[in-house]
Amino acid sequence: MTANRLAESLLALSQQEELVDLPKDYLLSGSEDEGDNDGEREHQKLLEAISSLDGKNRRKLAERSEASLKVSEFNVSSEGSGEKLVLADLLEPVKTSSSLATVKKQLNRVKSKKTVELPLNKEEIERARTPLEQEIFNLLHKNKQPVADPLLTPVEKASLQAMSLEEAKMRRAELQRARALQSYYEAKARREKKIKSKKYHKVVKKGKAKKALKEFEQLRKANPAAALEELEKIEKARMMERMSLKHQNSGKWAKSKAIMAKYDLEARQAMQEQLAKNKELTQKLQVASESEEEEGGTEEVEELLVPDVVNEVQMNADGPNPWMLRSCTSDTKEAATQEDPEQLPEPEAHEVSESEGEERPVAEEEILLREFEERRSLRKRSELSQDAEPAGSQETKDSSSQEVLSELRVLAQKLKENDQSRKQKASSEGTIPQVQREEPAPEEEEPLLLQRPERVQTLEELEELGKEECFQNKELPRPVLEGQQSERTPNNRPDAPKEKKKKEQMIDLQNLLTTQSPSVKSLAVPTIEELEDEEERNQRQMIKEAFAGDDVIRDFLKEKREAVEASKPKDVDLTLPGWGEWGGVGLKPSAKKRRRFLIKAPEGPPRKDKNLPNVMINEKRNIHTAAHQVRVLPYPFTHHWQFERTIQTPIGSTWNTQRAFQKLTTPKVVTKPGHIINPIKAEDVGYRSSSRSDLSVIQRNPKRITTRHKKQLKKSSVD
Amino acid sequence: VGEMETAPKSGRDVPPKKDKLQTKRRKPRRYWEEETVPTRDGASAGPPCNKKNRELRPQRRKNAHILKKSRISKKPQVPKKPREWKNPESQRSLSGVNPGPGSSPLPRSKAKTRSRLEVAEAEEEETSIKAARSELLLAEEPGFLEGEDGEDTAKICQADIVEAVDIASGAKHFDLNLRQFGPYRLNYSRTGRHLAFGGRRGHVAALDWVTKKLMCEINVMEAVRDIRFLHSEALLAVAQNRWLHIYDNQGIELHCIRRCDRVTRLEFLPFHFLLATASETGFLTYLDVSVGKIVAALNARAGRLDVMSQNPYNAVIHLGHSNGTVSLWSPAMKEPLAKILCHRGGVRAVAVDSTGTYMATSGLDHQLKIFDLRGTYQPLSTRTLPHGAGHLAFSQRGLLVAGMGDVVNIWAGQGKASPPSLEQPYLTHRLSGPVHGLQFCPFEDVLGVGHSGGITSMLVPGAGEPNFDGLESNPYRSRKQRQEWEVKALLEKVPAELICLDPRALAKVDVISLEQGKKERIERLGYDPEAKAPFQPKPKQKGRSSTASLVKRKRKVMDEEHRDKVRQSLQQQQQRHKEVKAKSTGAWPSALDRFVR
Repeated sequence: MTANRLAESLLALSQQEELVDLPKDYLLSGSEDEGDNDGEREHQKLLEAISSLDGKNRRKLAERSEASLKVSEFNVSSEGSGEKLVLADLLEPVKTSSSLATVKKQLNRVKSKKTVELPLNKEEIERARTPLEQEIFNLLHKNKQPVADPLLTPVEKASLQAMSLEEAKMRRAELQRARALQSYYEAKARREKKIKSKKYHKVVKKGKAKKALKEFEQLRKANPAAALEELEKIEKARMMERMSLKHQNSGKWAKSKAIMAKYDLEARQAMQEQLAKNKELTQKLQVASESEEEEGGTEEVEELLVPDVVNEVQMNADGPNPWMLRSCTSDTKEAATQEDPEQLPEPEAHEVSESEGEERPVAEEEILLREFEERRSLRKRSELSQDAEPAGSQETKDSSSQEVLSELRVLAQKLKENDQSRKQKASSEGTIPQVQREEPAPEEEEPLLLQRPERVQTLEELEELGKEECFQNKELPRPVLEGQQSERTPNNRPDAPKEKKKKEQMIDLQNLLTTQSPSVKSLAVPTIEELEDEEERNQRQMIKEAFAGDDVIRDFLKEKREAVEASKPKDVDLTLPGWGEWGGVGLKPSAKKRRRFLIKAPEGPPRKDKNLPNVMINEKRNIHTAAHQVRVLPYPFTHHWQFERTIQTPIGSTWNTQRAFQKLTTPKVVTKPGHIINPIKAEDVGYRSSSRSDLSVIQRNPKRITTRHKKQLKKSSVD
Repeated sequence: VGEMETAPKSGRDVPPKKDKLQTKRRKPRRYWEEETVPTRDGASAGPPCNKKNRELRPQRRKNAHILKKSRISKKPQVPKKPREWKNPESQRSLSGVNPGPGSSPLPRSKAKTRSRLEVAEAEEEETSIKAARSELLLAEEPGFLEGEDGEDTAKICQADIVEAVDIASGAKHFDLNLRQFGPYRLNYSRTGRHLAFGGRRGHVAALDWVTKKLMCEINVMEAVRDIRFLHSEALLAVAQNRWLHIYDNQGIELHCIRRCDRVTRLEFLPFHFLLATASETGFLTYLDVSVGKIVAALNARAGRLDVMSQNPYNAVIHLGHSNGTVSLWSPAMKEPLAKILCHRGGVRAVAVDSTGTYMATSGLDHQLKIFDLRGTYQPLSTRTLPHGAGHLAFSQRGLLVAGMGDVVNIWAGQGKASPPSLEQPYLTHRLSGPVHGLQFCPFEDVLGVGHSGGITSMLVPGAGEPNFDGLESNPYRSRKQRQEWEVKALLEKVPAELICLDPRALAKVDVISLEQGKKERIERLGYDPEAKAPFQPKPKQKGRSSTASLVKRKRKVMDEEHRDKVRQSLQQQQQRHKEVKAKSTGAWPSALDRFVR
């Protein structure tokens, strides 16, 4: 490569200045003129072409083994010397000639000078000489297109002028934001692409499939023709799948798995999965609506087919979120306006918002991007319409495009108003003496939060919590059951919203009873300083409060259920598949056998928090504490409770009066300094060597005869 | 010939002697005493006590469990069966059992156990009586505030209280105007004599707040999140922006603990010498300040932690989380001991009263709730506040204070052990800035409030415990006394792993390992050494020891045992029936109950 490039540059050089002599040329063909040189070059080219004809288009390096005439500057190589060839070395003359240098300088100067530009030149361009040119110029002039300086058309200029500074700024900011978002999105996509987890990708794939399906549904609704095309595509894909041997358990991987399948359950499953996938891909699509759509796009049928998805979306969207309530209605309005054939089918940004779980952030970004696009298109359209009819377009624009914005604005205003009213209250209270009647400020918001049917479930559970307050644990088991039931049957929820509404009313009453005490309350209401950041913080807090508590209860119950499951003792399954019966892929041991070899774990003691729905008590044994506890029963006790009874009373001085402490801790044996302690005697313990001494003891101290003494005495007397 | 045979019955025993207990309780005879004349009876008991100290100081029992009759009634019932045999001699001759002369018909351990139990019970009763009697020595009485016939006490302002009380007490109400260094957190030492406060903009100071003598005042040039005294007023832990620092009372930095970083809240467990720190990173770290080791670092898995309080009864740490739960932690467990769902919004403040019975929480849903911590964890009372409480604290006598914006409200309970009723505030006070820290001063009727305008010390009659334990936390102690106390406290340090929900767990037997050990022993020996030996009929003469008669006798004993069992189970069943009946009659469901759901 480098040699090649060198050759090219050299060629250019030689064409530029012939003055510089190349050393090798100089040596061998110093007297040769230009024409000669050219001829030789062509000859060389020809040779090269011929040599390359043999198929191996390898570029040969010219080797110079001996001196020859054929050596030219185009084949210079540095092979022999073993070092790189530098251009400067080549440019240098062998010996510096002073006469040539001056000439070179002069030439350089001449070259660097530019020719004088004539003002006439421009005119000449403008002037049309040929009839064709004239025609073109005419056309350009007519359309007010720039001829000489093609920067901006007058229309563009006008539009530029028309665009105000703020708008431009807004647009710029928007663009910037979009770009930033895009970059984030890209970065995220890149990051996600790098994730190696198969499970993750599986999940993502599934999500994508779901989304595609949904989009298809939408498309069918909006544009049946495109949907048909899409359908055809799907059909084609199905055909391809049927033709190919993919997913047929016939590939290399599948074969290797088939060998393993006999022993490995996972391999077996994998194969089964592949087959299932094949089945799924080759399944014929249900195109029930197609014919009806062709009949005339009857909307009712569509609604019958589609609606659950769409409706659910809206329900979800307006469910837990008070702020979305209005925007959603505006969405529906928009959807209504969308039916006009003029308008472009826009993607509904808010409908995507119900996507759950991990996909949420991605979806949000997409929504944002889409929103931007939407807005841009709106603006474009409005601009266009402005151009077309500058006066009348204002209203339409207001009605269609800015509805969303206006809604948002209304919301923001509401927030502000709320704040201001608060502030006003606070300030007014600041003037009135400090102590005042309480104003139930949060209660004003309560109804807004309470009136939605979607929250019934959580509310109800909360109520159960609340109920326990008044009943004081009497009816604890019931709420738990209810909670579990409602958790267990989420599908039934939409079936009976009325009942729940009724219930809710009752609960509300109860709630009021429990939380609001009718007594006169008097306390000072805190003032709120009117600081900028304070205000902001307040607003944030308000939003936080409004959104808080949506899933708290459900989350908690879920967590608790998981904890309960985890703490349950596990059953042991000792079934051996294939033992005593046929075994193999897809065969499962019979239920009877499984039952027989399933060792059921003993039911543990009931959990402490069984009847406390709002509490989760850890049942794990605290081994650190257990290390300090007594683990062996001391002698006379047979039951642990007996021993516990005796050590129940604390004997430390911290828990007792001084007297009691002293009494409790008196030692059995107290030694006194200065007293001789006599060595122990056998008689003191009631142990004797002979019956003689025994008798003497008894005689000396007849009171102290114990039963044991008696026994021994008797024995000895018998002896 | 009808023979009467009975199995040796476990319950039967000679009736408890009246004088037995007395004999047991008699003082042990000392070897230096003469056997005949116990002369120096009273003087010899125990080591000589420091009379001067003990008699001057009123005794105060920590964790006051007054042992009442309920406790006594709880004692296991030793079945006392009526004597069945009038003539033991004849019985003995009739039965196949022939106990040796002089020995009781029962295994000895039973009697011994019983005697032990009785002794324990007697001791308990005695100590409880003594404790009750010594309450006479608690001379001081708590303060109170009463409105004139129906006047609301909440309307009484601080100036009125100051006017009404004596000068010394009036001086305890003061304001420190420190507007420069932002909102303040504050902490009183355990004796209630010293006060430390730290402003968010780095101002840290400690002073003897009664005499207003400043101990130290520094600026740490870093944000101060929280401040806390360690076991004595000589050491001071400050949670700064980056790390945890420990200063002495001269303001000299002793330690910088880098393993506790970004700490938001501090709690000190005085009996365990543990400093619990909650950090922004979500870790709850226990630092043993006596040896300088980190005992446990627990990940709460609930995001940023900035709500923390301790239960003074069992040294369990309560953390409030943004998902409305309060979790209870001990250094011995990696998971929370319990989790309580308290609020629908995040939890803003938690406080536990000194007896460990009640917990007050406030959340983002503007509710203030009081929970019962005795096993049920249910809310006892709830109250909606106009702006929600950001800070909560309990006083020693169970008053609850809540800081809401720039107002503090104090609620009081009816009796001593009752929860504060949230119906009407006991006192209210408005401060010059939003509240940032609250604490009642121990042993004083004083509430310290840290806010953005500085520190306010306000008078709250009836807040503090009037009688202090001079040996435990003496506000008037000298330096020497403090040092002595420090040594003692260190000797009595409770190991960190003993922290659990029930502080009396140490007085219980580890049943699981006990059973395990028993099982292992049986396995090792091949038989159960404690099992009752099967009845073996004694050989008899005159042809009565034939195989058939032996079998007959055996059968008889077996049947008798069986009958006993049946009788017992029947009795139990009857009892259960009775209980159920009583219950059902007590709470008959009304027809309207079906609507309550």
